[in-house]
Amino acid sequence: MSNAILWMRDITKDFNGVKALDGVSIVVERGEVHAICGENGAGKSTLMKVLSGVYPHGTFGGTIEFEGHPTAYKNINDSEHDGIVIIHQELALSPYLSIAENIFLGNENARRGIIDWNKTNREAATLLARVGLNENPATPVLELGVGKQQLVEIAKALSKRVKLLILDEPTAALNDDDSDHLLTLINHLREQGITCIIISHKLKEIRKIADTVTIIRDGKTIESFSMKEADATESRIIRSMVGRPLDNQFPPRTPDIGEEYFRVENWTAYHPVDTERKVVDDASFTVKAGEIVGFAGLMGAGRTELAMSIFGRSYGINISGKVFKAGKEIQTRTVSEAIENGLAYATEDRKKYGLNLIADIAENISAAALGKLATGGVVDRNKETKVAEEYRASMNIKAPSVSAIVGKLSGGNQQKVVLSKWMFTGPDVLILDEPTRGIDVGAKYEIYGIINQLAAQGKAVIVISSELPELLGLADRIYTISEGRITGEVAREDATQETLMHYMTAGRD
Amino acid sequence: MSNIATEAPTEPSGPAPIKSPKRQRVDLRQYGILAALAIIILLFEILTGGRLLMPGNVNNLIQQNSYVLILAIGMVIVIIAGHIDLSVGSVVALVGAVAALAMNSWGLPWWAAVLLALVVGAVIGAWQGFWVAFVGIPAFIVTLAGMLIFRGLTLVLLTGGTISGLPDEFTAIGAGWIPGFLGEILGGRDTFTLVLGLLASAAFVVQQVRTRATLRKLELPREPAASAIVKSAILVIAIMALSWQLSAYSGTPIILIILAVLILLYTFILNRSVFGRHVYAMGGNLFAAQMSGVKTKWINFAIFVNMGVLAGLAGVVATARAGSAVASAGQSYELDAIAAVFIGGAAVQGGVGTVVGAVIGGLVMGVLNMGLSILSVDAAWQQAIKGLVLLLAVAFDIINKRRSGR
Repeated sequence: MSNAILWMRDITKDFNGVKALDGVSIVVERGEVHAICGENGAGKSTLMKVLSGVYPHGTFGGTIEFEGHPTAYKNINDSEHDGIVIIHQELALSPYLSIAENIFLGNENARRGIIDWNKTNREAATLLARVGLNENPATPVLELGVGKQQLVEIAKALSKRVKLLILDEPTAALNDDDSDHLLTLINHLREQGITCIIISHKLKEIRKIADTVTIIRDGKTIESFSMKEADATESRIIRSMVGRPLDNQFPPRTPDIGEEYFRVENWTAYHPVDTERKVVDDASFTVKAGEIVGFAGLMGAGRTELAMSIFGRSYGINISGKVFKAGKEIQTRTVSEAIENGLAYATEDRKKYGLNLIADIAENISAAALGKLATGGVVDRNKETKVAEEYRASMNIKAPSVSAIVGKLSGGNQQKVVLSKWMFTGPDVLILDEPTRGIDVGAKYEIYGIINQLAAQGKAVIVISSELPELLGLADRIYTISEGRITGEVAREDATQETLMHYMTAGRD
Repeated sequence: MSNIATEAPTEPSGPAPIKSPKRQRVDLRQYGILAALAIIILLFEILTGGRLLMPGNVNNLIQQNSYVLILAIGMVIVIIAGHIDLSVGSVVALVGAVAALAMNSWGLPWWAAVLLALVVGAVIGAWQGFWVAFVGIPAFIVTLAGMLIFRGLTLVLLTGGTISGLPDEFTAIGAGWIPGFLGEILGGRDTFTLVLGLLASAAFVVQQVRTRATLRKLELPREPAASAIVKSAILVIAIMALSWQLSAYSGTPIILIILAVLILLYTFILNRSVFGRHVYAMGGNLFAAQMSGVKTKWINFAIFVNMGVLAGLAGVVATARAGSAVASAGQSYELDAIAAVFIGGAAVQGGVGTVVGAVIGGLVMGVLNMGLSILSVDAAWQQAIKGLVLLLAVAFDIINKRRSGR
C-alpha cells in the first residue's frame, strides 16, 4: 500500500439524481497493471472520466490522490500535464494527418509557431520503435488498421511522458494478432515503470496481464484482489460482476410457443473497412412463433452487426448465409425487401438510426409503412393521424398529441414511437436491439409488457441486450455471442448470469 | 421498484378510445415570414409614396420574379433533402438557347420547343441526379461543375450571339396576359381577372370549410376556428386586392396561372405524397430513413430530375419574357432561388421547408428589388441590402429556434 500511485476514495457522481457512482474506492500500485471489470453501465467509464478531469473537480464527491498529492483537475489538459493519459475505445486520431502529426497534435515541436519537422519525425520514429510499430512516421493514419492506430495512440501517450496509462476496452475492436501484440506491449511498458489501468471484459486477457483486479457493479466497488491469490479465478470475477438480486421488474407472462418460424443459417459478414475481419462468423439460430429469444454479448461482440447485416444488409460486406421464414427461404438484401418479408428491426441507437427527431409522432410512426396509408402515391393524412392516435393511446405514449415533435419526448416515449413504427409495418419477426437502453424503470416495465404482447400474438421476437437480468427476465431462450460467433444457447430454466457470462467471454481458442 | 408493477401496460394493438385535443397548435413560424413580407410591402409602399402597389408594378412584380419563384419551388425540395443546386442559372440559359434555336433555326413550332426545353431540363437533371444519387458525389460539387458545364454549352450554342425574333405565342408565356374575353367593367377593369379572383377566393374558403368538416367527423384535432377565420380573411383580401390591381392593368398574366398551379401542385406533393414524405424523412435523418426502407438513392435522383424540369420551365419563361436568348441569361438566378428558400424558413441542414415559404421568400426579395429600384437606389447598394436581408432573416430564424429550445 505504501507505493500507491493513485488513490481514489469514496467517489460519488450523479446525473440528475441518478447515481452513476456511489462510493467507489480504488488503489493502484506504482508499476502494476490494474484491471477494472464490470458489466456495461456499471460505472467504469464514468470513473475514468472523473479521474481524467472530463468531469471537472467539484462536480463529483470523494477525493483523488495522485503521486501523493490531491488532484483538482478542471479538464483533460490538467490530468495529462500530470502524466495521466486515457485512450478511449473510439480512437481519437485525425485520419488525414500523418502518424507523426497525430502523435504531436496539440503538443507540436515548434519554435514561434513554426514546426520543426526533422525533430518531429525523428522523435516520432523513436516512439514508434518503443511501441513496436514498424511504419513510416509520414504515413497518413487512415492507411493503418485499428490495431496499429491503437499503437499510435499509445505512442502519443508516451510522447506526453505518461505515468498512468488508462486503456478503455483496448482490444474490443482488435483481431487476435493485434490483441496479442497490444498485451505484449503493455507488459513492456510495465517493465519501463509505466502504470496501467485496463478496462476490459475479456477475462482471458485479464488473467494474462493484470496484477490486480477491481470489480465495480452498480456504481460501487465490490472487491479488489491480487491475481496472484489462489482463488483469483475467472468465476470469482464473474460472480462479483453479476451478483445483483433479480427484482420483480417484469410483467407476468405465460409463454405460448409454437413451431419454429424464423431460421438463420451460416450467417457471415465482414467488417466494412477492415475487410479481412469477420464481424459475424458462421452464426446459425432459430426462433419459434410466440417465442422471445435473447441475444447476449458484450459490447463489440457482434450482436448489432448480426442484426443489421440480416436486416437489409445495413452493415458489413461480403455477407453470406440463408434466412428462412415459416420454412421458406426469404431474401433480405435491402431494407425494403426485409420489411416486405415481415422483418422489423428497432435499432439500438434510436436517435441516430431510429427516428426523425424534427418530425412529429405521426410522421415517425408511419415512416416505415407509408404505403399502407397511401393510394396512388398520395398519403391519407387523416388516416395517418387516426392510426398514430391509436398507437399513442395503446402504447401509452405521453405527449399532448401526435403532432408533438419527437425530439422533445423522453427516451421511454421515443422508444415507444420506434416500437409503434415497427408494429405498424405488421411484422412477423421483430428484432429489438437494446429496447430499454437509456430509459427509466417505469417505461422499461411498459416496454417489457409490449414485448410480451407481441410474443402472445404469435410473432417471433428477438431481444438483443447488454443487461443480463433483462434477458433472464424476458427471454425464453438465450443465445450468447462472442467475437462474432454464437458461443452458446441456453434455455430460460438453465440460464444464470454466471453461465451466460462464461459463454459471452469465451475467446477464439 | 415494487410500486411499478401496478402500472401495467395496455394492449399494444387494436382500436382504443381516443382522447385527442380538439385544438391544434398554430405554427407561428410560417406566419413570421408572411408578416415580414407584409411589413416590407408596407414599408416600401410608404417610402415610394404609394407607387409600389400601382397596377403596373404589381404586374411586373409577378412577371419579373416568376422564374426565380419557379426555381425556388424546385430548390426547396432539393434543400429539404439536404442538398443544394448551384447549376440552375446556367440551366436556364442553356434551355433558353435550345428553345430559341429550335424555333428560329430548326423550325419547330412554339409548343414543341417548350416541350423540348422541358425534356432537356429533365435530361440535365438526370445527369446531375446520377452523380449525386448513384455515385455519391456531394450535390455542391456536381452542380458547381454543372454551373460551368451548362454555361459553357450555352456559349457553344449561341456562337452567333443573341437569338431574337421569337414567335408571339412563345413570348406570351413570360410577358403576355390571358385575353379579356369577358369584356370590361367598373371603368375599364378586366372582368375575367376579377371573376378569377372571386372564384379563387371562393374555392379557398370552400376547401377550408370542407377540411374542417372532415376533421370534425373523424374527431381529429383542428386549427382553432378564430385562427382559421382570420387566416381565410387575410388570404381572401390578398387575392381580391391582387386581382383588383391586375384588372386595372392588362389583366391576368399567363405566368400567374402557371405559378399558381405549380404552388398548389408542389404543396400537395410535399405534404401529401409518399415521395414528399420521403424527402422530409431523408432530410430529417438520412440513416433513419434508410433503416425504414426508404429508397434514398431513387428519391435523390427524382429530386434532381424534378429540379431540372423546373429549371427548364424557368428557362422558357425567362427567355419568353426577354424575347430573346442570350448566353448571359440566368446569371445568379441560383443564388436568388437559394436565398428565397432560406428566407422562407428552410433549414441549412435539411428536413425543414415549405413551398409556400420559399415563394414568400422569393416575393420578399422581389419586393425589395422593386422598391429599391423605384427609389432609384444604386444597383450596387441594392445587392448589399439584399445580402443583409438574407443574413438577418436566417439569423432571426436560428435565434428563434434556439429560444424555443430545439
